[in-house]
Amino acid sequence: MSTSTAIAADTPRLPWRTRITMFTRLLAIQASWNYELMLGPGLGFCIEPALRLLPGGRGGAAYREALARQSRYFNAQPYFASVAAGALARAELDGRPPEQIERFRTAMCGPLGSLGDRLVWAGWLPFSALLALLAFGLRADAPLVVLVFLVVYNAGHLGLRVWGLKAGWKGGLRVASSLGGPLLRHGPAVLSRAVMMLAGVALPLAIWRVLQGLPVPPVPESEVVRAVGGVAIASALLMAAVLGAVLVRLHSRVEGWRVALAVLAVLIIYSVAR
Amino acid sequence: MLPELLSLLPVAIVGAVLGLDVVSFPQAMISRPIVAATLGGALAGDITSGLVAGAVLEMIALEMLPVGASRYPEWGTASVVGGAMAAEFYTLPGAAVVAIFASIATAWAGGWSMYGLRRLNGIWVRRELGMLEAGHPGTVTGLQLRGLTADIARGFLLTLIALLLWLPLASWVLSHWTLGRTPSHVVLAAVAAAVAGSAAWRISQGVRLARWCFLGGLVAGIAILVLRR
Repeated sequence: MSTSTAIAADTPRLPWRTRITMFTRLLAIQASWNYELMLGPGLGFCIEPALRLLPGGRGGAAYREALARQSRYFNAQPYFASVAAGALARAELDGRPPEQIERFRTAMCGPLGSLGDRLVWAGWLPFSALLALLAFGLRADAPLVVLVFLVVYNAGHLGLRVWGLKAGWKGGLRVASSLGGPLLRHGPAVLSRAVMMLAGVALPLAIWRVLQGLPVPPVPESEVVRAVGGVAIASALLMAAVLGAVLVRLHSRVEGWRVALAVLAVLIIYSVAR
Repeated sequence: MLPELLSLLPVAIVGAVLGLDVVSFPQAMISRPIVAATLGGALAGDITSGLVAGAVLEMIALEMLPVGASRYPEWGTASVVGGAMAAEFYTLPGAAVVAIFASIATAWAGGWSMYGLRRLNGIWVRRELGMLEAGHPGTVTGLQLRGLTADIARGFLLTLIALLLWLPLASWVLSHWTLGRTPSHVVLAAVAAAVAGSAAWRISQGVRLARWCFLGGLVAGIAILVLRR
């Protein structure tokens, strides 16, 4: 019998109601995020429904000790924190020694943070946003653009949270093996390539649509589209390429949004003062 | 004054909800500019203006990775403000530029307001540390609810204050605007695409073939552009 089958056979059942409550609470895991305990109180809040199943029930000695332990300092990418929530709930209900649980909690912070940052914030989020920008550039209507973004992004987001809670509960303190799967190992690099390809396709098209601007009544949209000349598009592409190259060279010394704010401020002053 | 304030309330309420989504609940990214600004535009009466503002802001926001304890612009409330402003003045040539400028500045202020909220959460946690260490059942729930309520209030006030500040200012600026629509939009689109392109470039650093993927995509994008014009 393989290890995973053995784990599956040993896994105790978490009542559906508890599972759903934990999942709902995971959506608010960052509600009391602070610089002292970071995600700690949020994690305690998410695990709390499972702790009610401990001997003595809600308010019992075991419950109080476990809740205090789970509300201490913790940090991870919020979606991947669901893995920790499932694993820690399982460890508490299995009656694992507190020192072991605390060591596991500390050890999980780094991997769940860095994996989540690379896969979600630097991968799935820009991928979904660029897909929506591509739809925008291809002249999709506003509801379709918004729908493309929300459906694609949340398929990954919610799927990840559901998987994390399940994998954490199933693996308990041995959950680290679930994080070594090919999808999580190679996913960030594959997504990076997809993000780059999408950026290449979507940005010129998005520039084009922004240049077409907004149809000012009574001029029909088709006339506005025709009015945007090749010179305007070429100028915008050239400006974007030059400024983009400068931003890449400056790398982490300057943030793009600050540059955008400064350029627009100059444009506004020029347009008003001339 | 009062009717004007009441007319801003729906936008401020949406700003509060989307501000909450940024970090606290549920992080479904309804607070991303492409969604939030489109909603703002729809509320102000022109969804297409909101969408265009949202797309520009989304390109600028692409470089922002909401990682851990870092301080970053808060795009949720800011994009609602930007979308609503773009829709409000959509017939004027400089409307998009002014709306995007106001939106980025609001996002900057929003970043500071989130920093303040996190400090406030820290004060509440320190006050309740004894109860937290005792594993008191209601303490974590109380802290979470307090954080959620404070975040909603933050988003509401930020949106309302931003609208009250920017709408008259934008009206004055746009009444003195001299540039045409096309040059204004050329600069706007170029700046946004430059920020987005450099962000994608940075994200893919160290990934094999990623930059070739970008070049391949660019060729395809420009080909589609030429064919569709």
